[in-house]
Amino acid sequence: MPEVRIATGLRPRAPGPSAAPPGTASAALVPHVADEPMVRIEQLSLHYGQKPALRGITMSIPKNRVTAFIGPSGCGKTTLLRCLNRMNDLVEGVRITGRIVIGGRDIHDPSMDVTGLRKHVGMVFQKSNPFPKSIYDNVAYGPRIVGARSRSDLDATVERSLRAAALWDEVSDRVHESALRLSGGQQQRLCIARAIAVEPDVLLMDEPCSALDPIATAKIEELMEELKSRYTIVVVTHNMQQAARVSDHTGFLLLGELVEFGETATIFTTPRDRRTEDYITGRFG
Amino acid sequence: MTRTSLRRRVVSGAVVSLCAASVVLALIPLGLILFFTLRQGLPALNLAFFTRMPKPVGEAGGGMANAIAGTAILVGLAAGFAVPIGIVAGIHLAEYRKTRLASAVRFAADVLNGVPSIVVGLFAYTAAVLPFNRFSAIAGGLALGIMMLPIIVRTTEELLNLVPETLRDGALALGATRARAVFTVILPAALPGIISGILVALARVAGETAPLLFTSFNNRFWSTRLDRPIASLTVQVYSYAISPYDDWNRQAWAGATVLIGAILLFSLLARAMTRRLEGMHRP
Repeated sequence: MPEVRIATGLRPRAPGPSAAPPGTASAALVPHVADEPMVRIEQLSLHYGQKPALRGITMSIPKNRVTAFIGPSGCGKTTLLRCLNRMNDLVEGVRITGRIVIGGRDIHDPSMDVTGLRKHVGMVFQKSNPFPKSIYDNVAYGPRIVGARSRSDLDATVERSLRAAALWDEVSDRVHESALRLSGGQQQRLCIARAIAVEPDVLLMDEPCSALDPIATAKIEELMEELKSRYTIVVVTHNMQQAARVSDHTGFLLLGELVEFGETATIFTTPRDRRTEDYITGRFG
Repeated sequence: MTRTSLRRRVVSGAVVSLCAASVVLALIPLGLILFFTLRQGLPALNLAFFTRMPKPVGEAGGGMANAIAGTAILVGLAAGFAVPIGIVAGIHLAEYRKTRLASAVRFAADVLNGVPSIVVGLFAYTAAVLPFNRFSAIAGGLALGIMMLPIIVRTTEELLNLVPETLRDGALALGATRARAVFTVILPAALPGIISGILVALARVAGETAPLLFTSFNNRFWSTRLDRPIASLTVQVYSYAISPYDDWNRQAWAGATVLIGAILLFSLLARAMTRRLEGMHRP
């Protein structure tokens, strides 16, 4: 069993509404006593063929917080993220053991409908991937899958989602134009709008800013801060400053192992594990 | 230093001129064909050629209205057979790349693409002429459709594979089923290219003669019945060209000109569609 050290300590930010008195939660699974878990991962291991990619990961991701996964390339952070909406199902030769419980349901339960799961767990990709359709049709894609047909409902959903993604003011007069004419940063915010149009519980973001310039990055980061009041956000990032800026909790992965997981402030100031400290101070990675 | 540089310049100049000469050489046959066809065909071409029926031997004038309509009908029938099957098969190949069925279909398509057109005609003759004891437009359309099929299958497959995987992931991550992702995102993204592939295939089969000789046969009269022999530009050009009458020979040149013009038009349309596809995927 891999060693998972849990960083505790005083929360630097205001506690959530569901703050529980310290010491009530089981320390192994719920290190953040103040937060209600949205996602629980228990002993999760994943193999590509014979090659292990994730080893016995146990953690719980708190609701309405931004949780960041950091680590060097190939450490498994994107693989872990893609486990949460079962996108790894599409990859050949993948074997998964362990449990992931989201919103109280085991996502690997045979009765679990994968497409239904993905409506609750939205995803934004590393490279913005708007469909070659209009802005409107991009945002309406998810709602239409769920069966939304009424024009006025769709109009309202599209506007609400674009507003939530801070894109409405820039595109309100051209929602029926091709999404591919937007700039890179706008395309990524469109993808966020598209993901939240179906009101998911969890929003997964796989290095959402890696292809963007600093200004577009700042906009997305600001957006994450606003969106976390309604969604649980899990973000994979290469950029440690970004993790430090946007996240409430940070998990450090190395070679498929969750080395350390805890409050972002703690991880970045007083990490427990030597390897975390080496990575954060830039001694490797 | 100067010597090396001089030598390089000479070699470079020689290679560039060789390349240019090869291009010219490759274009010469096309230029000659166009030149001779247009020189003989344009003077014989007039409005009557498109609107009138063939005249009996010895009578001047007349046109190939029936053959033009016949070719349109035959090509339409061929597309009706080949496009739905070809696109669905192409989707299968793109979605289930590594299955045994997929490799078998891919291999079959490639072999079919290499089958001589006269053999395809023989097959259609056996399958659609002999059982009914009658040449028919349907048999001709079937033969042309079989010739189109492999082109459409492989074009569809290749263009679907060109659609970035991230688009599929995006659709699936929104809760789309695989079929929904294919039909609402991947296929529409590739559609302009697929349509251009269909146009190329249409242009190719529109110029086929051999598969029609004993399937749709020929018809000197106006006919749009699908269960009867039907005229086609290519067969008409063939029979007029080998005839001993000057008037018919002239008509054959005019027919050839119209064929080349139509094929050129289709190719230009196909290119325009391809450009549109590229425009859509530009970042």
